[in-house]
Amino acid sequence: MDKSPDAYWKATLRLIGTVLVIWFAVSYLAGILLAPVLNSIHLGGYPLGFWFAQQGSIYVFVALIFWYAKRMDGIDREFDVHEE
Amino acid sequence: MSLNAWIWLIVGLSFALYIGIAIWARAGSTSEFYAAGGGVPPVMNGMATAADWMSAASFISMAGLISNLGYGGGVFLMGWTGGYVLLAMTLAPYLRKFGKFTVPQFIGDRYYSKTAAVVAVLCLLIASITYIIGQMTGVGVAFSRFLGVPKEMGIYIGMAIVFMYAVFGGMKGITYTQVAQYIVLIVAYTIPAIFISAMLTGNPLPQLALGSTLKGSDVYLLERLDQIVTELGFGKYTTTTVGSTLNMFVYTLSLMIGTAGLPHVIMRFFTVPRVKDARASAGWALVFIAILYTTAPAVGAMARYNLLATVYPAALENKPMVTADQGIRYEERPDWMKRWEVTGLLIFSDKNGDGRIQYYNDKTKDEAAKQKFEQAGWKGNELTVDADIIVLANPEIAMLPNWVIGLIAAGGLAAALSTAAGLLMAIAAAISHDLVKGVFAPNISEKGELMAGRIAMAISILVAGYLGLNPPGFAAGTVALAFGLAASSLFPAIMMGIFSKKMNKEGVIAGMIAGIVVTLFYVFAHKGIFFIKGTEYLDLIGGPNSFFGITPEAFGAVGAAVNFIVAFLVDKFTPEPPAHIQALVESVRVPRGAKAVDGAHVH
Repeated sequence: MDKSPDAYWKATLRLIGTVLVIWFAVSYLAGILLAPVLNSIHLGGYPLGFWFAQQGSIYVFVALIFWYAKRMDGIDREFDVHEE
Repeated sequence: MSLNAWIWLIVGLSFALYIGIAIWARAGSTSEFYAAGGGVPPVMNGMATAADWMSAASFISMAGLISNLGYGGGVFLMGWTGGYVLLAMTLAPYLRKFGKFTVPQFIGDRYYSKTAAVVAVLCLLIASITYIIGQMTGVGVAFSRFLGVPKEMGIYIGMAIVFMYAVFGGMKGITYTQVAQYIVLIVAYTIPAIFISAMLTGNPLPQLALGSTLKGSDVYLLERLDQIVTELGFGKYTTTTVGSTLNMFVYTLSLMIGTAGLPHVIMRFFTVPRVKDARASAGWALVFIAILYTTAPAVGAMARYNLLATVYPAALENKPMVTADQGIRYEERPDWMKRWEVTGLLIFSDKNGDGRIQYYNDKTKDEAAKQKFEQAGWKGNELTVDADIIVLANPEIAMLPNWVIGLIAAGGLAAALSTAAGLLMAIAAAISHDLVKGVFAPNISEKGELMAGRIAMAISILVAGYLGLNPPGFAAGTVALAFGLAASSLFPAIMMGIFSKKMNKEGVIAGMIAGIVVTLFYVFAHKGIFFIKGTEYLDLIGGPNSFFGITPEAFGAVGAAVNFIVAFLVDKFTPEPPAHIQALVESVRVPRGAKAVDGAHVH
C-alpha cells in the first residue's frame, strides 16, 4: 500500500469531503433549501424542515466532529504518522 | 430571603470562585501566559472554548431573537455551531501542529512576510475590539438591571475581576476560570428552561418539550403557536424566513465561516497537548455549546407562547382572540410586566383607549386579518417588547423562585466576562507577541515579553472599559463587522496556507485586502462610513440589500469568496513560495513530530 505523504493527504481530503457533504446536506439542504418540502413530514410536533434548522443539524454537527476525529486517528495510524 | 439578597449571594460566590482560580493559576512563562503551557485536557478545553465562544449575545439575546423570528432564527443556531465543523477539520489540528502562539504568527511564517502578519494583526484587532465593546456593555447592563448599581460601577467591577485573572493568569488563568464560568452559565440557562418545559408540556427536557403536546391537550405546542401568531397577523412561527431563502443561505454561511475565523476561538486550540486533542477538543466544545443552542429554540418558542397567553387569556381556551373584549386589562397586568416597564424595555401605549393591551402585527399584508382587527376596534399594536428581556424575564414570567433569578444574573455575567477575557487574550497576544516581539523588538527576553503581554492586556482592559462606558453609536452594528472581517480575511488566509502548498504572499495579501475592502464597502454603504450616521451611500450600490437581496450582516461569505478568487488569480501571476515554505506546509499536514507550543519566530 502507498504510504507516501501524498497518499495520506488524499485520504485526509477524502474524509473532509465526505464530512462536508453531510454538513451541507443537514443544514443548507434539509434546514433551508428543502425545508418547505420537508415540513410536510412531522417528527412529533416538529415539522421536519424546522427541526433540522433548529435542532437536528446541531446534533449532526456534533456527531460529525467526533466521527471525523476518530476516522482521522485511524488514518494517522494507517499511514504511520500518528503522534507517539 | 429577598430577591436582592439572593442575587448578591450567588453573584458574589461566583466571583469569589473566579478570583480563587486566578490566585491558583498564575502564569510564570510565556508558554503558560499565551497557551496555558499546552497542557489543558480536551474535555476541559472544550468547556473553556464554549464559555469563550458563548457571549452575552448568545446567553441574553439569542433566544429573544428566535422568539421573534421563529424558523428564521435557525440562521443563528446553525451558523454559530456549524463553524466548529469547519474549524475542527480545516484549521485546528494544523495550527496546533504548527505549534505557535498566535494566528498572525502563523500567517507571517507561512507567507514568509511581515506585511502579511501585520495585515492579520490589524484584522484581528478590529474584529476583537468591536466584539469586546458589546461584552463590556453587557456586564454593565447586567449589573445595573439585577443589582441596582449604576452601570459605570458595574463596568468597573467587571474590569477589576477580569484584570485579576487575565493579567496574572494569562491563558492559564483564563482557561480555568472559563471552565467555572461555563458551569455557572449553563446551569443558569437550563434550569428555568426545564421548569418552563415541564409546566407547559409535562416533558422536562426542553429539546423534546418543544416537539410535544401542550399539557392536558392533544394539540402540539408548535401547532398551537402557529395558530395563535397567524390569527394575530404575525408570520407563521415554523416557516417564516429571514429575508429571502438565498439570504438565509448566505447568512448561515457567513456566520459559520466567521466563527471558524475568529482569532480568540482559534487560539484555544493551541492550549491542548497533542494534534489529536485539537480535533476532539473542537467536538467537546460543540457538545457544550449544543446544550445551550438546542435549549434556546425551546426557550424562544415557549416565551412567545407564554407572553401571548398572558396578553390574551382566550388563547388558553382556544377561543378567538381578535375581539373587542380581548387583550388583558392594563390594571390587571402581571407584576413582571410592571417591573420591566420601569426599564423602558417593555412599553404599553393605549392607542384605542379601551384600557386593554392589544399586541399584534398591525402591518400584516393579510387583508382578512386586517378587517378583523378593525371590526374589533383595534387601532394599532400597543405593546413593544425588547427581544433582550426574553431570557432575563423568563423566570419571572413563569413565576419561578428568587434564587433562579439570581442564577440568571450570575450566568449572564459569566457569559460576558468569559468572552471578554478570551478577546483580551487575543488582543494582548497580537500586540505583545506579533507586534512587539515579531516586528519591533525581536530580541526581547522571555521575561520582557511576559511583561509586555501583561501591560498590553492591562491597557486593553482600560480601553475596553472606556469603550463600554462610552459606547460609540455603532456598537450594535459591529457584530456584523466582526464576523464579516473574520470570514472575509482571516479564515481564507489560514485555510489556503494549509490546503495549498503553492499559495504565495502576494496572493494572500491581495486576497485579504480585497475581501476586507469589499465587505467593508457593503457594510458601510448600509451603516455609514465607520458607522458614522449620515454617511451611508446606499444610492451608490443601488439601494439597500442590492446584491441579490443579501443583508450586510450576511455579506461575509461573499467577502470570503472574493478573497479566495483574488488570491488564486494573483497567485497565478506571481512567483511560487520558496521550497522551505512548501516543506513547512507538508510538515504541518502530518501530526507526527508535534511539539509543545512555543513562540519562537522564524528568522
